[in-house]
Amino acid sequence: MTTSVAFEKARAEGRAALVGYLPAGYPSVDGSIEAIRAMVEAGVDVVEVGLPYSDPLIDGPVIQTAVDAALRAGTTTKDVLRVVEAVAATGAPAVVMSYWNPLDRYGAAAFARDLAAAGGSGVITPDLTPDADDTWIPAAREHGLDTVFLVAPSSTEERIAMTTAACRGFVYATSVMGVTGTREQVGDAAAGLVARTKATTQLPVAVGLGVSNAAQAAEIAAYADGVVVGSAFVRRLLEAPDPAAGVTAVAELAADLAGGVRTR
Amino acid sequence: MDTRPDSGHVLSADRPGRFGPYGGRYVPEALIAALDELDREYAAAKQDPAFTAELDHLLTTYTGRPTPITEAARFGAEAAGGARVLLKREDLNHTGSHKINNVLGQALLTKRIGKPRVIAETGAGQHGVATATAAALMGLECVIYMGEEDTRRQALNVARMRLLGATVVPVTTGSRTLKDAINEALRDWVTNVATTNYVFGTVAGPHPFPTLVRDLQRIIGVEARQQVLDLTGKLPDAVAACVGGGSNAIGIFHAFIDDPEVALYGFEAGGDGVATGRHAATITAGSPGVLHGARSYLLQDEMGQTIESHSISAGLDYPGVGPEHAWLKDSGRATYEPVDDADAMEAFRLLCRTEGIIPAIESSHALAGARRLGERLGPEATILVNLSGRGDKDVDTAATWFGLMDDSESEGGR
Ligand SMILES: Cc1ncc(COP(=O)(O)O)c(C=O)c1O
Repeated sequence: MTTSVAFEKARAEGRAALVGYLPAGYPSVDGSIEAIRAMVEAGVDVVEVGLPYSDPLIDGPVIQTAVDAALRAGTTTKDVLRVVEAVAATGAPAVVMSYWNPLDRYGAAAFARDLAAAGGSGVITPDLTPDADDTWIPAAREHGLDTVFLVAPSSTEERIAMTTAACRGFVYATSVMGVTGTREQVGDAAAGLVARTKATTQLPVAVGLGVSNAAQAAEIAAYADGVVVGSAFVRRLLEAPDPAAGVTAVAELAADLAGGVRTR
Repeated sequence: MDTRPDSGHVLSADRPGRFGPYGGRYVPEALIAALDELDREYAAAKQDPAFTAELDHLLTTYTGRPTPITEAARFGAEAAGGARVLLKREDLNHTGSHKINNVLGQALLTKRIGKPRVIAETGAGQHGVATATAAALMGLECVIYMGEEDTRRQALNVARMRLLGATVVPVTTGSRTLKDAINEALRDWVTNVATTNYVFGTVAGPHPFPTLVRDLQRIIGVEARQQVLDLTGKLPDAVAACVGGGSNAIGIFHAFIDDPEVALYGFEAGGDGVATGRHAATITAGSPGVLHGARSYLLQDEMGQTIESHSISAGLDYPGVGPEHAWLKDSGRATYEPVDDADAMEAFRLLCRTEGIIPAIESSHALAGARRLGERLGPEATILVNLSGRGDKDVDTAATWFGLMDDSESEGGR
């Protein structure tokens, strides 16, 4: 399934899509596959597979801890592609979430080719804006991959228009100014940003950063097409006494959030 | 401030902030507005006589510029192959290094933009001390991020920053050094950008920092070029500087870029030796990629993960380097070589003993490089060395290195 189809399906059901993030390689490569499968079975519509990076500058301590462990355990870009392949086999679209340097090092064209071959749907690039580099967008287009860029509360109208014009699949709206991590409150800025974004594009707009529970998911589902949850899932894995308990906890959270995106 | 137009061949005109293929802006969208604002305000400030006058006034009456050049006659004769060695005394700046040149400019910009809070990263603590100083002077709130490892080896500077009223946050992620301090500062910035300006300490990072910081450090070379001409009647044969992120090096190089007869040498931290893999010789042993918002050389593995750097010098212990240096290297205009810990410490010792000047360990890498150049170029050569900072902060490290702290002395004496 493509991300567009997943968002359309959710829309047809009168709800927002649930987008779940977990990093590849935590607690192990196979462990991350298991956790993601559980997430999908419990109601996650679109999966973000995190590519662990040594300098994750818009990630808070929860995701930093997990990707740090994944890297120390030797997780490679090839491992990430293996996770993508396993996720794609579940039928849920898998997009990779990656900082730019690992993709640049792999080679934009080679990564696009190998990701497409693994059944991946696209890439979210948190530190690559569409105007930063000339290599990624053509490579992604050639292989039919979604290019998902971020818009932020601080973005000007011109930049939002430029960004959404370069997006395929969906647009990622960051709810607050800040790094990833669960928050008590998702900022008031989010609804306004979604409205400003929708004024420039027909693409679905998903809201992320800080969402951790069903109530927040429901609140966002009232005005956005998708709700992205990352740190809250990762925290379930970090706090679990053993990997099996982690998988259970992830599935519980996914089911809870899936209820949230259906309560508009 | 020097506002001469950029040398055309260094900055490519079609893409602002690019140095050939290097530089640019690889940052989260959330930061773009702040970087654009900084770029805009800086462009306006450059043209504003009131701004440049205020900066010049501070550089003269607060920092003590112009800094002198000192002829290091004994060092040259005894330690550098008889070459004529001239030291550009950035160590004599208020706060003890070149970092204050940049910070005063950026702090004034912060006030112009109207933000009440500044943040900065620091390695050796010199940039942190300079930022804390400017914040105290201008009434700004100040938070400094410093790797935990560096807070230990530069404890004196941690105390100085706190005395100046800054909050020092030890960073415990990753390698616990400068690279991780920058990550943490960027995380703070993305969260608090509405109230906060990031006073970046070197010529790395996203555009406009490499250009902004370079312009604010150009004064080193502008002064030195004229001082050398006045003293010797000709340009130096070589200019030597240490390279961490590259701000003191670009600062002294820039005025000489259009003088092809002047060789430019950047000396990187060779740590335990480049062959051991424990070093910070980014240009010598790294490859092009993106770190901290810019394309440049960096130490990375085959997956594009940053490799931790190692150096006895906290200020050079960084796996990246400014994009203009990457371009100067590729274009052949400047040459970069590693200097390992042992050579740097020997040069440190020699300058203490021959000139009565205790240099920063960072700057000692440039001194070691000058010794090498002196041997190569011979007694006819004049070598200008950027003595980027003084060594007070390094006394503990040096005393340990030279074994000056045996029990009997240190128990009573410390
Ligand atoms: C005295 C001194 N020299 C050099 C450096 C390295 O920085 P840069 O390469 O930007 O000049 C530092 C950094 O802390 C420093 O304190």
